[in-house]
Amino acid sequence: MSFITKSPWIIHYDGSSCNGCDIEVLACLTPMYDVERFGIINTGNPKHADIFLVTGSVNEQNISVVKQIYEQMLEPKVVVAIGICATSGGIFRECYNISGGIDTVIPVDVYVPGCAARPEAIIDGVVKGLGVLAEKKEKLSERLKRDYIESDDLLDPLDDEIEIKVYGVQDAADAADGKEEA
Amino acid sequence: MEIGLTQVLIAVAYLIFGPLLGGLLAGIDRKITAKMQGRFGPPILQPFYDVRKLFEKEPVTINTGQDFYVMCCLIFMIITGVLFFIGENLLLIMFTLTTAGAFLVIAAYCSNSPYSQVGASRELLQMMAYEPMVLLMAVGMYMINHSFYVKDIVTGDKLSFVYLIGMFIGYLFILTIKFRKSPFDLSLSHHAHQELVKGVTTEFSGRTLAALEISHWYENIFLLGFLFLFFANGTWLLALIGVVVCLLAYFLEILIDNGYARMKWQFTLKSSWFVTIIFGGLNLVLLYFFGSFELL
Repeated sequence: MSFITKSPWIIHYDGSSCNGCDIEVLACLTPMYDVERFGIINTGNPKHADIFLVTGSVNEQNISVVKQIYEQMLEPKVVVAIGICATSGGIFRECYNISGGIDTVIPVDVYVPGCAARPEAIIDGVVKGLGVLAEKKEKLSERLKRDYIESDDLLDPLDDEIEIKVYGVQDAADAADGKEEA
Repeated sequence: MEIGLTQVLIAVAYLIFGPLLGGLLAGIDRKITAKMQGRFGPPILQPFYDVRKLFEKEPVTINTGQDFYVMCCLIFMIITGVLFFIGENLLLIMFTLTTAGAFLVIAAYCSNSPYSQVGASRELLQMMAYEPMVLLMAVGMYMINHSFYVKDIVTGDKLSFVYLIGMFIGYLFILTIKFRKSPFDLSLSHHAHQELVKGVTTEFSGRTLAALEISHWYENIFLLGFLFLFFANGTWLLALIGVVVCLLAYFLEILIDNGYARMKWQFTLKSSWFVTIIFGGLNLVLLYFFGSFELL
């Protein structure tokens, strides 16, 4: 059994939207909906989070921000796009500075459409995300087990599903590559 | 002090039941907090689920030093608790407790994240705020029982609470800092949003964060044990009263946590030193002049 589904911590980021979906996301934390009863905590720290809730579409200025938050999160992680702007760009789709939905920048696992998405729909989306999270967790533990047996894999993460980031080792490998080239 | 079989058994019991009780306490804490806010709240076992989940996460670390320091923090916290519960010297216990705190600060300082750095600075300020009271308490306990050994204090026939009521109030005050409760949760809070992201733990993740959480459980049990020391005089009745007071004190901390916003560090430092000097210092002075009288 995976414990990750019992304690999904979330991080919330708003791209470019009207803030309607943000207010609905925060409404999930209020006594009315109280997502903490599922063990969900709004962490505000990508390193602690398991689920990335994104509202609003991505514009040219926050592409790097969305990517950075995603990259700082540790596997297993799930991205939930909330609201129609996050899923496809919504009414901002044709704007000159909008690159579209979140999936134009990072892989999205669950789409929650709506304008604005209702808190019930958001909670449903997160719960759906838990299934994906459990799957990814299984893949990660297989991957880690294999890496433990063939530890050379750590230096050469070629798995297309999950990319393992072991920063220290990776940096050392990059540095070594750089030296060889020089 | 001799280390017999009893001491070993107590140490093992603390190793196993310390985190179990601490985690349960944290779960009850979250449930009560939720009820106070009109919410349903998470299951009582939620802290255990959280820690299990953290162990399932991908192992990533900023640098290997950080893991080492956090593990040292955990180990020293366990040593502190074990020394306390087998009845060792209070001064030694204070020093191991401070060492555990210092390792946490170093672990936070060893990354370049500004949040982590500010969290570490604030953790140091908090240590500065509560440390004098902790040391004064050891002195007070010595003046009553003429021994720094927890074993002698527990079995001593004098009821420390009556003589050290000022110290007791001072300890309740710094417990808010030690339990990381509002208004003094400057460096790290268990609440979701705060201005420092997650303070000292900002750069910790996965099992490192889990280790810190477990050390926090050990610490809470040790701190409540210290509170119990005020009531221990070798009789069962007072032992029971001591346990009840410990639980009431924890409830009081939850109430304060929910009732107050976070204060600035200046207020934390000034108020805790004020309380230390007024309640702790005055208690010590009175004890010096009138300590030989039998109150009970």
